Amino acid sequence: MKTVIAGLGAALLSTTMLVTSVSAETIRWARGSDALTLDPHSQNQGVTHNFAHHIYETLVDRDVEGTLQPRLALSWEIKADDPTVWVFKLREGVTFHDGAAFTAEDVVFSLDRARSEKSNMRQLHVDVDSVTAVDDLTVEVKMKGPSPLYVNNLTNTFMMDKTWSETNNVVEVQDYAAGEDNYAVRNTNGTGPYKLVSREVDVRSVMAVNDDHWAENKPAVTEIIYLPISDAATRVAALLSGEVDIVQDVPVQDIERLTGTDGIKVETGPENRVIYFGYKFGDAPLKTSNVTEGNPFNNPLVREAMELAVDRDAIKQVVMRGQSVPTGVANPPFVAGWTPELDAYPAVDLDRARELLAEAGYPDGFTVTLDTPNNRYVNDEAISQAVVGMLGRIGIQVTLASRPVAQHSPLVTSNETDFYLLGWGVPTFDSAYVFNDLVHTKDGSYGAYNGGLYSNPELDEKIRSLGTETDLAKRDATVAEIWQVVKEDRVLLPIHNQVLAYAMADRITLPVHPENQPLLTSVTFAD
Amino acid sequence: MLAFIIRRLAQSVLVMLFVALIAFVIFRYVGDPIASMVGVETRLEDQEIMRDRLGLNDPAVIQFLRFVGNAMQGEFGISYRLQQPVTELILSRLPATIELAFASAMIALVFGVVLGVFTALKPKSLLSGAVMSASLIGVSLPTFLIGIGLIYIFSVELGWLPSFGRGEVVDLGWWRTGLLTETGLKSLILPAITLSLFQLTLIMRLVRAEMLEVLRTEYIRFARARGLTQRAINFGHALKNTLVPVITITGLQLGSVIAFAIVTETVFQWPGVGSLFITSVQVVDVPVMAAYLMFIALVFVLINLVVDILYFVVDPRLRVDGGSSGK
Repeated sequence: MKTVIAGLGAALLSTTMLVTSVSAETIRWARGSDALTLDPHSQNQGVTHNFAHHIYETLVDRDVEGTLQPRLALSWEIKADDPTVWVFKLREGVTFHDGAAFTAEDVVFSLDRARSEKSNMRQLHVDVDSVTAVDDLTVEVKMKGPSPLYVNNLTNTFMMDKTWSETNNVVEVQDYAAGEDNYAVRNTNGTGPYKLVSREVDVRSVMAVNDDHWAENKPAVTEIIYLPISDAATRVAALLSGEVDIVQDVPVQDIERLTGTDGIKVETGPENRVIYFGYKFGDAPLKTSNVTEGNPFNNPLVREAMELAVDRDAIKQVVMRGQSVPTGVANPPFVAGWTPELDAYPAVDLDRARELLAEAGYPDGFTVTLDTPNNRYVNDEAISQAVVGMLGRIGIQVTLASRPVAQHSPLVTSNETDFYLLGWGVPTFDSAYVFNDLVHTKDGSYGAYNGGLYSNPELDEKIRSLGTETDLAKRDATVAEIWQVVKEDRVLLPIHNQVLAYAMADRITLPVHPENQPLLTSVTFAD
Repeated sequence: MLAFIIRRLAQSVLVMLFVALIAFVIFRYVGDPIASMVGVETRLEDQEIMRDRLGLNDPAVIQFLRFVGNAMQGEFGISYRLQQPVTELILSRLPATIELAFASAMIALVFGVVLGVFTALKPKSLLSGAVMSASLIGVSLPTFLIGIGLIYIFSVELGWLPSFGRGEVVDLGWWRTGLLTETGLKSLILPAITLSLFQLTLIMRLVRAEMLEVLRTEYIRFARARGLTQRAINFGHALKNTLVPVITITGLQLGSVIAFAIVTETVFQWPGVGSLFITSVQVVDVPVMAAYLMFIALVFVLINLVVDILYFVVDPRLRVDGGSSGK
């Protein structure tokens, strides 16, 4: 209450004193965890990027619709006479927080740093051959082959100042093994809309608006106090008691109650992340099944029966309390290649499912173990529990094995699971990202999360062609063909797209960002 | 005396080594730290590079020896999660935990003794009955429930006290204290009460039992016969004699308070070593987990060592034993 009065007082004072200027507004922003590091290239992790986006900037980024928009780059295109070269025109007159000018040299430096061996952003730039500065405001990125979608990989690659990095000996990214910490882990010098004022890891970080920022519209929020609160109940209580203004990670079960609370509102929106189940393919018997000859999952009839038995709408209503978007395709709606036809899913039909199972040779069903994470996705374990019950109705006896993600994830990457739940976000907003990791045969850098070892050589060829196809119409057609096969073959059992919910004080509006990376520059205040 | 201390020290070292072994074995098998460090979208070959760099591909024995060697120099490596030296992280979080632990120990001691004496002196009063029943709740309710309950009453409904954090802090050299600011003190109240409830109940029941015991003894009856005032008997004689075990227990429990602060710190987002540990467990930040376990073991070993030595000083019988076996 006291703070509200103080805030009101401050707002009144500033409006009366400085008629032309926007009133000073502090936002206390609570999340479940803190940014891991301030070094922009050392962790490819959502919370860390979200924090960094306020201090550092990328060449391009995405708005709340998921559309690519210019940030430090004003334009980007493939060079007319060479399909392997990307040309970026940079924004003029941008300065770093220490006053240094932002130039093409800094972009070259940052991209090289981001693709260096110790960088965690490296994977997004593996196809880069070399980066050169043509003039002060033009950068050319030479790829190893035609890479028509490379620009999508740049939305979380932040630009650092070359001189500052050299002065402070942070040309290289933090090396864990070296046993010392890097200056860039705790200090920043970006071009972003906010400057870091202070930071106490896991406790609070304070950012103040950067008056020299290039954007014409100055943000309404002039000071950000970032407060990690790990316990969900405490986080919600802090919002209820008025000690924080925005809670970004709202537990599903609290959404309804918060919506009904005076002075608080909840913004919801779809996240760019799909939750699905994966099967083990191949002829070898499953490790956890009572079927000792052959693999029931390898039979398309069984997969069809399972899809008919899973009630996605019930999962939405009961498990997710309405906060999910059921889907029939393992591709979020933001991603190029998504269509309403693919998204449609069949109605539950238990009789037909039982018939299919009998036809497949399993009239009495079979047993299998389902591996699920329990701390990674929204209600992940509860979703799996619901599916166990639903499959039980057609005679498939599922045993649930629930583990923290640290133990679950290796099961999938080392192909040790017969049946598993996983979520997939698509940071490039392109279907190839899904195909490369989930559908392509596990081989080298392909199929890393194809834990069921699905393999279809015909699809593999098409998937690989996407990487270098420069004719976008042809490429889209190929994407559609691949999705058709993936859906008809029921390679994955998609359940829903996750929904994000941000809770905030009534006077504030922060729209949901599909990658869960809202910028507080987008906050607006009600009068 | 010296031989006894040396023997105790040797035992302590053995215990620490054993804890180190357990810490190492458990943490080697709690999951893949890489998986939680990099998130699901990182390519496997990059994960392999990281694994190699962190030495996770070396044989277990080598990893253990490296761990012990470094631990002896107070060197626990770099936190996987925060990329900062672990020793520094723990030291920077320690003041918060120690202040919380001492505040709650004080609450537990003061209220425990007062209520214990009261319930012992007036066993039949209605208030005593109420206190005894309430104390049962204090023991049986889980800490996080008490914490959340207090937050809802005092922060959300009444708005008197902060629901999370440590308030404003003042840097005194390397010690960051919250005891010198108003918000700091206000922030301390709820977590300290939450953490103290269990110990408070324990001390209260101990004092009450000891007090009832002592009140039945000959010398109290004799004191009454001498015509001393009730006050002098109760506090000058009875209470004094109950305090020896109480002080021992409180001392020993201080270790537990520091160790059990984990839940309280998490509920109140108290930036101490306990919440650091929990966050680290969630992402399998092995260096921090190992260092924390070693630290807690050290606290217990040190407290026990001090208690042992104190006993040795106080109790002559131990001294005779120690002397004879030392020959």
